[in-house]
Amino acid sequence: MATLAPTAPDTDAVAGAPAVRLAGVRRVYGDVVAVAGIDLDIGAGEFFTMLGPSGSGKTTTLRVIAGFERPDAGHVELQGVDVTRVAPSQRAVNTVFQDYALFPHMTVAENVEYGLRIKGIGRRDRRARAEAMLDRVRLPGLGDRKPAQLSGGQRQRVALARAIVNGPPVLLLDEPLGALDLKLRQEMQIFLKALQRDLGITFVYVTHDQEEALTMSDRLAVFNEGRIEQVGTPAEVYEHPQTEFVAGFVGVSNVVERDGRRFTIRPEKIRMTDEGVGDAEPGTVREVVYVGMITRYVVDLDAGGQLVVVRQNLETSSQEALAEQGKRVRLSWRPEHTYEIGKEGK
Amino acid sequence: MLAFGLVYLAALVALFLSSFWTVNAFTSEVQHIWNLDNYRLLWDQGAYHKIALRTIGIAAAVTVADAILAFPLGYFMARVAGGRSRAFIFVAVLLPLWSSYLIRVYIWQLILAHDGVLNWSLQKVGLPAANIGYTNWAVWLIFTYIWLPFMVLPVYGALERVPDSFLEASRDLGAGGWTTFRRVLLPLALPGVVAGSIFTFSLTLGDYITPLLAGGASSQFIGNVVYDSIGSQQTPFAAAFAVVPLAVMGVYLLIARRLGAFEAL
Repeated sequence: MATLAPTAPDTDAVAGAPAVRLAGVRRVYGDVVAVAGIDLDIGAGEFFTMLGPSGSGKTTTLRVIAGFERPDAGHVELQGVDVTRVAPSQRAVNTVFQDYALFPHMTVAENVEYGLRIKGIGRRDRRARAEAMLDRVRLPGLGDRKPAQLSGGQRQRVALARAIVNGPPVLLLDEPLGALDLKLRQEMQIFLKALQRDLGITFVYVTHDQEEALTMSDRLAVFNEGRIEQVGTPAEVYEHPQTEFVAGFVGVSNVVERDGRRFTIRPEKIRMTDEGVGDAEPGTVREVVYVGMITRYVVDLDAGGQLVVVRQNLETSSQEALAEQGKRVRLSWRPEHTYEIGKEGK
Repeated sequence: MLAFGLVYLAALVALFLSSFWTVNAFTSEVQHIWNLDNYRLLWDQGAYHKIALRTIGIAAAVTVADAILAFPLGYFMARVAGGRSRAFIFVAVLLPLWSSYLIRVYIWQLILAHDGVLNWSLQKVGLPAANIGYTNWAVWLIFTYIWLPFMVLPVYGALERVPDSFLEASRDLGAGGWTTFRRVLLPLALPGVVAGSIFTFSLTLGDYITPLLAGGASSQFIGNVVYDSIGSQQTPFAAAFAVVPLAVMGVYLLIARRLGAFEAL
């Protein structure tokens, strides 16, 4: 796409360096440690997600990369260049804000042109680029509207166009889909993923939605209390959670302790059979939640602890599923599907 | 509300109608003879042009000065100060409104008088005396002081409503502090400035006490002429001259509405 020739000052970029590197980044507000020393490399062209509950430090980390927050310790590199003390306006990154932050007194086109205008690109050229970008985010011909005249989903795409029209090598997205309804959010997930692949630039994406993180990312980092608990591909993080927190936050917390070993099993890997069949763990179905495609059972184990079991409703009706409540059952699983995890933290 | 509105409108209509009446020169009684003599007098007499222009000019100068003073103060209150210092500034801005208007004008007279505090202080530091007591400068300065709170509050409100993310987005897109101020913060705060200017402009336009007490021989405002005319039983002429600031304010409000000032109030 010709209009996306990077205009950012990337002449100093070190070839082969990670797009973003954080080394020992720490950010403290008064007594609150928002980010407690983070080391992270994000590769060029990666769709990288920072996942975590609110207050886990993921947004602060994103703001440190953008330059809105200066770390109290550690440093930030973009393309191998230390930018820790560089102002946000001089960094080769652009941000899509959670509240979109579209300028209400400017038209959609003026919003998209803002960055180009500041770089001193001529009126005709920047208008053409803005229009091409609005086409690209599927908002053709809306350039003359004011942001207030657009729907939430449209505003979101204007914010996206305003950021990527500058051709940044790294795009930062702060919970960009948080304000959209479920259906629109799912459409936008697919759109964003395709856009990232087309542009070939790095996306650093902040979300608290684990499903979003698993479906969109090449790799993700799970944040908790200002630290990174685990970094890996979605499959690694989901199937091999290294800590109890990750096991619980990504998917359902299914942690049991047997003989001093703590391990986790994903709910869909557990076989639930009637009492008397086999010699697996006995237990009682405490709760049944029918969710359409699947049914979720919470089983209290006789030996202590509880496990969530998920079954596809291949031939089961909701009535049949709900009738399982209170039944005695046995749970079994293959040993290779259990993962031993450490105590709380690492 | 409606009743108040009707009474107010009726008074305005009565004022407007009476401006076309005349006064019997012998009996000093108002006669309902329709004519344009009052307006002709205003139009023909250069002295009245001067007074009208002075009133409008000083009202505009007061508005500009208040806007220039209120913007940094409002910015500091809205975006820099913490909770305590913001509360302190609020009190400092509002406190003068609790004391009498007259007292404040007299205090300024004491400051600006020939042997007043200002000249005494200038003398102490070896500067030449500034004799601005009883001049248009004094009127401008006192009005600027008295109406400042009416500008600070709407400007503060407008600046406070600008989310931090707007300023961050501007910086993120490559703009420095000055460009962000000029292209984002100032346009978004402008409706607040215009809203404040409605107060400072109209309050100055209609005032006659400060020019009377603190002004000099050539500081007469429209209000002073209206006051004197009523005193000498020239009510129709007073009404005609009073229509002038009303018309000016009408035009001003139309422009203000265009600039979005009413959404900012």
